Amino acid sequence: MRTFDTVVIGGGPAGLAAALSAHENGAKVLLVEREARLGGILKQCIHDGFGLVRFGEKLSGPEYAERFIDDFKKAGIEATTLTFVTRIKKENDAFFVTLVSREGVETVTAKTLVLSTGCRERTAKQVSIHGTRPAGVFTAGTAQHLTNLLGELPTKKCVILGSGDIGLIMARRLTLEGAKVLGVYEAKPTPSGLTRNIHQCLHDYDIPLYLSHTVTRVFGDDRLSAVEISKVDEQMRPLSGTEQIVECDALILSVGLIPENELAETLGAELDRKTKGPVCNAQLMTSVDGVFSCGNALHVNDLVDYVSESGECAGKNAAHYKPKPRAEIAMEASDRFGYVVPQRLDINADNRETVLYFRSRDVLNGCTLKMHLDGKEVFSKKYPFLRPPEMERLEMDFSKFPLTASSRLELDIEVKANG
Amino acid sequence: MDELVCIVCPRGCTMHIEKKADGAFVITGNGCKRGEQFAVSEMTAPMRTICTTVRTVFPAAPVLPVRVSADIPKERIFDVMQEINKVCVKKRLHRGDVVLQNVLGLSVDVIATSDLLREEGR
Repeated sequence: MRTFDTVVIGGGPAGLAAALSAHENGAKVLLVEREARLGGILKQCIHDGFGLVRFGEKLSGPEYAERFIDDFKKAGIEATTLTFVTRIKKENDAFFVTLVSREGVETVTAKTLVLSTGCRERTAKQVSIHGTRPAGVFTAGTAQHLTNLLGELPTKKCVILGSGDIGLIMARRLTLEGAKVLGVYEAKPTPSGLTRNIHQCLHDYDIPLYLSHTVTRVFGDDRLSAVEISKVDEQMRPLSGTEQIVECDALILSVGLIPENELAETLGAELDRKTKGPVCNAQLMTSVDGVFSCGNALHVNDLVDYVSESGECAGKNAAHYKPKPRAEIAMEASDRFGYVVPQRLDINADNRETVLYFRSRDVLNGCTLKMHLDGKEVFSKKYPFLRPPEMERLEMDFSKFPLTASSRLELDIEVKANG
Repeated sequence: MDELVCIVCPRGCTMHIEKKADGAFVITGNGCKRGEQFAVSEMTAPMRTICTTVRTVFPAAPVLPVRVSADIPKERIFDVMQEINKVCVKKRLHRGDVVLQNVLGLSVDVIATSDLLREEGR
């Protein structure tokens, strides 16, 4: 039986960074990837804008991924592609990971695991669209796979539902390839994607964006022939009498991403209702000792730079992990937050360079983030605005605070009354 | 006064641009110098990048991702796309290799952005 210090599951940007970082910190690493090539979703993200934070350059997805893949290969780290993890068992302080590949079934052991399994797209079934079941209803990621990896244009005339970044990117991409994008429809009153993508993907190509609108029905026998669009109220309920029929051959969905945590769940890791990823401490260790989480499996990021950063954090801590008792306190985030990661702090661990990732729940202007320890303000930071689509990153040195196992650490966002 | 959202980085600053009588622009709201440059170029000669794919002869990798080596005039995007779509790659190009030189005389090359074909060759 092959033994490793750390097995990293998922070879996208988070897993590559985790494997590299665990290796640099002395661990014997195995990276497991189910696809034929490393790089994860970046392989099909051929647009640029990746790596601005990390490299100060505007790279395309493949360029960003291949920088890490080159380093990974140079470091001589072991990887197994076209390989699935079918089972993980924890016994005493070891993990038994069952792998299935073309070579057959193999079980390897590891002291620690890094789960970098990324996220999945919400599908049409999860946003309750009624009607027939014709071909031509794609998630934006599927449309991207067909266009950018297989070279097959999946539509001539389409409607995009949801204003998530992948949907906006695909609106531009399909237009460049000669398809007609009739419009992007968003049920919420504000766009879900980054503001710059609304401009460079929609405005540049005269693609209209309809807020507070949704697709309520699809039509077509073999292939989609039309969709029904309705206006929605503030609770996103369709308003009767506002229906209009739009003829098209494809409906492309960009309606959200959900962290992929099937393996984390089978291991018994506690999940956060808000992020839909595992509850972690500042070392990015889940509630299961020795199991770490990073990237979009931990929470859905909007920039890959932070995916790599969390991978590095998880990989390094996995390499240095020694079983020892934890004393964790919760980061109690108020309702103003969409979420805060990490959700906990282990006061027995080194929390000097803790990175907090958070989103506000709503668009807020003129606000101040405040941290209270046992009712006393210990930190505050001003933000001219906070927008849910734009994740914030904050570095904190928690060793400065007199934290004990019974401390209450509360986070809130204050908004100026008339801001 | 014009309003503009900067697309240089993910921060997406909202900038305000005022044209003075002497033709100079006064820009406010930008978080960095690159925003100012973007705003001026946007008011005078807007430039954009293109990221797309070219066809290949290799069945395992039917398309290769490419981009322009520098920004091109916004109004030439579809002209350049037409040129790119004529190309079919027959060699196992590497990342950074030129696919199309000086496209339409714009002093910009179309370059491969992936080692995909090299990998497939192994």
